[in-house]
Amino acid sequence: MAERRFPSFHEIAPPPGGEGWAAMYPYYLVPDAETRQPEDGRLWFADTMHWSRGCYPLGSVVAEAAYLGAGQNSTRIFALPSSLGLDLRVQHGYVYIAPVPVTDPDEIARRAEHFQTRAGYYYQHWDELYDRWKAKVGAVVDDMRQVSFPPLPELEPMEVVTEARGRSTGWDVIAAYRRLIDDLFLVWQHHFEFLNLGYGGYIAFFQFCKQAFPEIGEQRIARMVAGIDVLAFRPDDELRDLAALAVELGVDRGFDEALVADAPQKVFDALGGTEEGRRWLAAYDAAKDPWFHYFAEYGFGHDQDTWIGNPAIPLAGIAGYAERLRAGQDIRRPVARLRAERDEIVAEHRALLTPDEAAQFDELLALARRVFPYIEEHNIHVEHWAHAVLWRKLWELGDFLVAAGFARERDDLFFLNRFELEAVLHDVVQSWAIGVPPRGAGRWAAEVGRRRGIVAALRAAPPQPAYGLPPDEVTDPFAIMNYGITTERVEAWLGGTGGGDDAAVSGIGGSPGVAQGTVRLLRDERELGDVRPGEILVCPITAPSWGPALSTVAGVITDIGGMMSHAAIVCREYGLPAVVGTGFATVRLRTGDEVRLDGTTGEVTVLRAAVPGPGAGSAPAA
Amino acid sequence: MTVFTRALDDPACADPAEAGGKAAGLAGLARAGLPVSAGFVVTVPAHRAFVAARGTVPAAVADAVRQSYERLGGGKDVAVAVRSSGTTEDGTTASLAGRFDTWLDVTGAEAVLDHVRRCWTGTARSPGTGMGVVVQRMVRARAAGVMFTVSPVTGDRSRIVVEAGWGLGLAVVGGEITPDRWTVDKVGLTVVERVAGDKRIEYRRGHLAVAVTGARRERLCLSDDEVLELAALGKRVEREEGRAQDVEFAFGDDGLVLLQRRPETVWSNRARPPRFAAGQGVTAWIGAAVTAGPTQQSPGGLT
Repeated sequence: MAERRFPSFHEIAPPPGGEGWAAMYPYYLVPDAETRQPEDGRLWFADTMHWSRGCYPLGSVVAEAAYLGAGQNSTRIFALPSSLGLDLRVQHGYVYIAPVPVTDPDEIARRAEHFQTRAGYYYQHWDELYDRWKAKVGAVVDDMRQVSFPPLPELEPMEVVTEARGRSTGWDVIAAYRRLIDDLFLVWQHHFEFLNLGYGGYIAFFQFCKQAFPEIGEQRIARMVAGIDVLAFRPDDELRDLAALAVELGVDRGFDEALVADAPQKVFDALGGTEEGRRWLAAYDAAKDPWFHYFAEYGFGHDQDTWIGNPAIPLAGIAGYAERLRAGQDIRRPVARLRAERDEIVAEHRALLTPDEAAQFDELLALARRVFPYIEEHNIHVEHWAHAVLWRKLWELGDFLVAAGFARERDDLFFLNRFELEAVLHDVVQSWAIGVPPRGAGRWAAEVGRRRGIVAALRAAPPQPAYGLPPDEVTDPFAIMNYGITTERVEAWLGGTGGGDDAAVSGIGGSPGVAQGTVRLLRDERELGDVRPGEILVCPITAPSWGPALSTVAGVITDIGGMMSHAAIVCREYGLPAVVGTGFATVRLRTGDEVRLDGTTGEVTVLRAAVPGPGAGSAPAA
Repeated sequence: MTVFTRALDDPACADPAEAGGKAAGLAGLARAGLPVSAGFVVTVPAHRAFVAARGTVPAAVADAVRQSYERLGGGKDVAVAVRSSGTTEDGTTASLAGRFDTWLDVTGAEAVLDHVRRCWTGTARSPGTGMGVVVQRMVRARAAGVMFTVSPVTGDRSRIVVEAGWGLGLAVVGGEITPDRWTVDKVGLTVVERVAGDKRIEYRRGHLAVAVTGARRERLCLSDDEVLELAALGKRVEREEGRAQDVEFAFGDDGLVLLQRRPETVWSNRARPPRFAAGQGVTAWIGAAVTAGPTQQSPGGLT
């Protein structure tokens, strides 16, 4: 029997037009002949949960920052006994990660002792340390906001002289860029300061429940732990409140669908013409900072919209809620009911336990609930707030490069990696300092042009789900829970790479219920406007901020994600059947297919395939 | 004065020494307001009088049985089920299901007396066992079966498993058919799994089996609503008794009735150590939980 493995990074050619992609990224992020042996010996899976459409050369810095934070917290700070974080590669523009395990039992035991002391300290002081965490991260984000890239002046301002600064604002551009990148790395170290400890508390409770109730569903366990009033739901709650206020003030008819989509500013202008409209606008302005510094998708790329950057997104959500209010629906999240249900579920399970079990259940549930808010809330601080600032500042740097006469387009810089960009800034500032043309403007203009073609070719092709050699059994609790990478998933992927059966799609039941409908395949959140009520959304990954769209679809199928992925959490919150972690749904299903999904078993059944179109999987509905 | 028969809802029936284990279980159900078929118990003292009379039924016992039977039918001869109710059965240590006798569709006072005698002279006795006899109106079951308030397969206490077939419960209890099976979430009271069986025969009355033909063989014999109504009662019985139960039931003309209950004995007597070693503290538990190992149970990895 042939060895069961995925292709090697080194065996697969890039899609046509993507040749030369590797040179765009820092050398240590791409597979290399010198490290082929260890690369081929591990399982690498596509992190489409965060980079569903790949990452640009500059965007790869976020992957670096994220997995540095994960690695050093797991390995060097808290000493997780058997998990050394995640190794990182970029292949054909997509991010791949590989869990690095400790397998020597003695080493695991040594690390467990350190974990006991180190993690124990955090669990013991959790609330106090979490409060400090919020302040620390808030300070880093504030520091990022201070960064600016003003145009290079002909002469330095007079203050440089009168305050005897002795340093130029031109130099500050380079320093500001470094500060922005430093802050990004810092905020990701903080991200993982708590994350794995939080997951650990949840996993312990999970395992307790699985032993006490062998048939218990993961969704049930998650519901016992879940917070009801957590920060993650706040942006969507703001939309609901603004819709209610609009209906109350009688200004809700102003959110005409076409106008919202094409010219949101006109909606605001029209509202500004009446007293009621101005009252509503004041409420909108109060809500938008900070709550609309919120990515429509995930915040891992420069090309993603925030609600505040593209008000058409929140306005469409508000319009949808207002319509439901006019139809007599109650759009408030049933917080009291959700809480009462959660408490009853907990009480009933507890009543079935022996006294010894009940004592352990109480301790673990209390801990899981103490740590779980971090898991649910941290995205707001890091992925939304910090990244919103990061990309905004980088766009400003793009404008700076255009103003300096170096770049042609404001997005040119995203085609350079972070080291190349720093070199460019030195070139720009050095040449400005002495009044000569920069050395590299022409060279980089040609290179960016070439790279635009490469990136477009890479992004047009979907990623391979995995590379390398899978373990006999996937045992890393973090990979399993957060990414949905289980032994069964890997087996399904291995079966799938044979290229034979193109109808089979199955994944993890992420949110219970059965749904049937027409597939709407989305690879980009900008297509969210195409979604029609009752359709089945098929996408690499959903984002929590898709709330308004999720309130109209009948079900969700994603390529990646486990029970605790944000997609599964938010679908459960919306009562939406979901199958997550299918690996192939976006490749195997096409818009127009009739499917049924079972959010409990994870099965997806194609009832009727769409009439095959010429395109690669996104033919319009018949 | 010795009482030879008692109505099922007579509080004295709660004592297995007076009425036998099966009767005590049924009496508990009746007392808790759960639906049981009307009936009476021929008491353990009546059995002792029978033994003392060297195997003849004393006249006082026979009169008591005749009177109770007449009262049960309101003067008419009704069909009843006659079942033994031994003092050593239905204990919490072992399921003795099937070790004792059941006769269905017995009609007429003399026939009932005859079957009471059979219970007392049956072969499945251990010496010294007191033997009550339960006499209940027959349930004309459309479908019937057995419910466990714990998963018999995994021991999961948050599951109720129902097995049922067409007609009387005999075919299910006797293993003569592959029954339909439902798994119910005890906490949320929802059906989480339904598996249609192959119900090749059914008992409509007495011990006479008839073939089930056509689509009915594989069509589920209970609706989800019926299964959930049953499971809700199972949950109540378990709470009343303080432990998992094994319950026989039937859906008849008057809806759901419970025919008998016993404590579940396999899983209920098994030790239930918690996942983690007591006394180590939560950090050590978490350390163990996040340490990958070949036997690790992890989120997402199980179905």
